[in-house]
Amino acid sequence: MNRTLRWLSRNPIWGFILLIFVFFSLANPFFFDLQNFENILVQTSTIGLIALGMTLVMINGNIDLSVGGIVALSASLVVDIQGWEIFAGWGDWQLVPAVAAALLAGVALGALNGLIVWWTGVDAFIVTLGAMLGIRGIVFVYTKEQSFYATNFAFSDFGSSNIGPLPTLAVVFLVCALLVHWLLSQTVHGRNTYAVGGNRQAAVNAGIRIGPHMMVNFIILGFLAALAGMTLASQMGASTPTLGQDYELWVITAVVLGGTKLTGGAGNIVGTLGGVLAIGILRNGMNLMQVPAFYVLVILGVILIAVLFLDRQLNRKGQEGYRL
Amino acid sequence: MAEERLKSATRILTQRGILIAFILFMVGFSVVSDRFMTADNLQAVFRQAAIIGVMALGVTLVVICGNLDLSVGSLLSLSTVLVVDLHDKIGPISAIAVTLLVALAVGAVNGLLVGVARLNSLIVTLGMLSAIQGLTLIYTGGQNVDIQNQDTTWFAIFGRGAILGVPTQILIFVVLAVVMHVVLAHTPFGRRVYASGGNPTAAVFSGIRRGRVVLATYMTSAFCTGIAAIILGSRVMGSQNNVGQGYELLVLSAVILGGTSLLGGSGSIAKTVIGVLILGFIQNGLLLLGFAYYVQWLVTWVVIILAVWLDIAAKRGRMFSPFA
Repeated sequence: MNRTLRWLSRNPIWGFILLIFVFFSLANPFFFDLQNFENILVQTSTIGLIALGMTLVMINGNIDLSVGGIVALSASLVVDIQGWEIFAGWGDWQLVPAVAAALLAGVALGALNGLIVWWTGVDAFIVTLGAMLGIRGIVFVYTKEQSFYATNFAFSDFGSSNIGPLPTLAVVFLVCALLVHWLLSQTVHGRNTYAVGGNRQAAVNAGIRIGPHMMVNFIILGFLAALAGMTLASQMGASTPTLGQDYELWVITAVVLGGTKLTGGAGNIVGTLGGVLAIGILRNGMNLMQVPAFYVLVILGVILIAVLFLDRQLNRKGQEGYRL
Repeated sequence: MAEERLKSATRILTQRGILIAFILFMVGFSVVSDRFMTADNLQAVFRQAAIIGVMALGVTLVVICGNLDLSVGSLLSLSTVLVVDLHDKIGPISAIAVTLLVALAVGAVNGLLVGVARLNSLIVTLGMLSAIQGLTLIYTGGQNVDIQNQDTTWFAIFGRGAILGVPTQILIFVVLAVVMHVVLAHTPFGRRVYASGGNPTAAVFSGIRRGRVVLATYMTSAFCTGIAAIILGSRVMGSQNNVGQGYELLVLSAVILGGTSLLGGSGSIAKTVIGVLILGFIQNGLLLLGFAYYVQWLVTWVVIILAVWLDIAAKRGRMFSPFA
C-alpha cells in the first residue's frame, strides 16, 4: 500500500487517469465500452507515436518543435506519390515507394535537426523552432497549398482495419511503444540517453559521443513523426498542408504530463503512455458528454500546470520557498 | 599586425553579424527590386512589423530575465476578440481598459506561477497558451466578432489612422520601444532584470526580490500584447478567435534573431527591433521578388540558425561545437 502511494506520488498522472476514468464511466453510459476503448487507442495513436520519440529527445535534454511539419510532409508525400503515373501499373505495390519516401523524409529531417544541434552547438529549442517554420515552408512548396486525396483504397482501408480484435493503428502504436521502452530500459543507447540528459559533461567524460548520440534520437523522433503522419493520412484518406499544426504543443504536453523533465535525465515510456492516455480519455469522455472541444483546451492547460505544481510539492528537496 | 587586423575584422563580423546581414539584405533587395527602397514600401514594412514588434518588446524583457513566454499568441487572440467585441457593447474607451486589465491579469498569473511558485516557464506558458485559447473560444462560442460602424468610430485611429503623417501603429511601436529601452538600460529595474536572468542565485543574494522582477516582466509582456491587440483589432475591425495562433513562435524568432540569448541575462531592445525589422524585410522583399508567401519561412529557417550559430561561434571562439 505504502509503495503504491509512493509510486503514485512520483507519477501523479496515473492517479489522474484513474480519477477521470471512474468519473466518465459513472457519468456517461457509452464510455465504459470495449468499442470506445478501441476508439480512444486509435485517437491516441497519432500523438502517441510522436510522444514516444519526443520522450527520448527530452530525456536527452533537448526538445523538438518541428514534428508538426514532419507529420504534414510525410502525409503529403505518402498520399501524393501513391498516385504518381509511373507507379500506375504496380497495383498495391505503389504504396511501397510512397511509404518509403515518407519515412525517408522523416528520417532525413530528423537527421538534419540532429546534425545542426551536433555541429553548431545551438540549443535544440532554437534549431527546431527554425525548422518548424522551414519544414512547413517545404510542405507548402511541395504541395503548392493543395490537399491530396488517396487513390489507393488499400491505403485508406489500412487506417480502419483490424488485427484480430484490435484496430491496426492501435497495434502499431503499442508495438512501437514496446520497442522504444525496450530501447530505453534495456540497451546501452537507452542508458546513454539518461546519462547525456542528466549530466552532459559527465557523459562526455565517460566517453559517450554525445553528438551522434543525440542525432540518433532526433532520427528516431523524425521516423515516428513520419509514421504518425502516415497513420493520420490513412485515417482521413487524404492530406492537407496544414496537417499537424500545434502537434508539437500537444506532444510536449503529453510527455511532460508523463513526468519527463524538460531539463533532461528523467522520464520513461510508461509515464508518456499515461500522459498520452490522459489527453485521449479526457478528449473522448468530454466529447461523449457533448462538452464543446474548447473546454478541453482550458482543462488541459490547467492540468499541465497543476501536475507541474504537484510534482514540485511532492518531490521538492532543498528548494527555496514561496516568496514574492 | 595584419594578422591582428584580420582577427579584429572577424570579431566585428561575428559580433555585429546580424547588423551586417541586415544591411546586406537591404542593399540586395533594393538592387534587385526597384519598388523596395520606396517610402511607401518602407512604411508598409513598418506597419506590418508593428504588431509582432510591440509583442516582441515585452517578450524581450521576459527572455532577458531568463524565462520564456509562449502564451502571447493566445493572449493576442483573447485581447483582440475582447476589444472588438466590447467596442460595440460598452464603447471604445471601456473596451480598451477592460482588454488591458485582462491582459495584465493573465500576465500576473504567468508571473506568479513562474516567479513565486518557481515553475518551469516553458511549461507554465504552454499550459496558459492552451487555456487562454480555450477561454477565447468559450467567450466567442466559436464565432468571429466584428465592429458594426467601422467608418464612424474613432477607434480606427490605432490601426488605420495617422498622427502628423506618421501611421499611429508605427508611432506606438517607436514610442514603446524608446520607453522600454530607457527602462531596461537606464533604470535600477532594468539592471535587476539583467541580474535575475544572468545569475538568479547571485541576484537573490544581492537582495533582489526575483519573484517581483519576474512578475513585472510577465505583466509588461502581457501589456504589450494587449496594445498589439488594440492595433490589430482597430486595423481589421473584426477578429477571428484564433487570430494569434503561431504568433508566440514568430515573436520569439524575432527576439532570437536580434541576438537576445534564451539563457537570459543578455540582449537589448535595440537588438529585438533589428530582429523584428529583418523578419519584416525578408517577408516584404521576397514577396516583391514574386515568391510565394511561404518561401519566407524557408529563408527564416536558414537565417535564424545562421544568426544564432555565428553568435555562439563568436563567443566560444571556434566555429564547430566541442561535442564529440
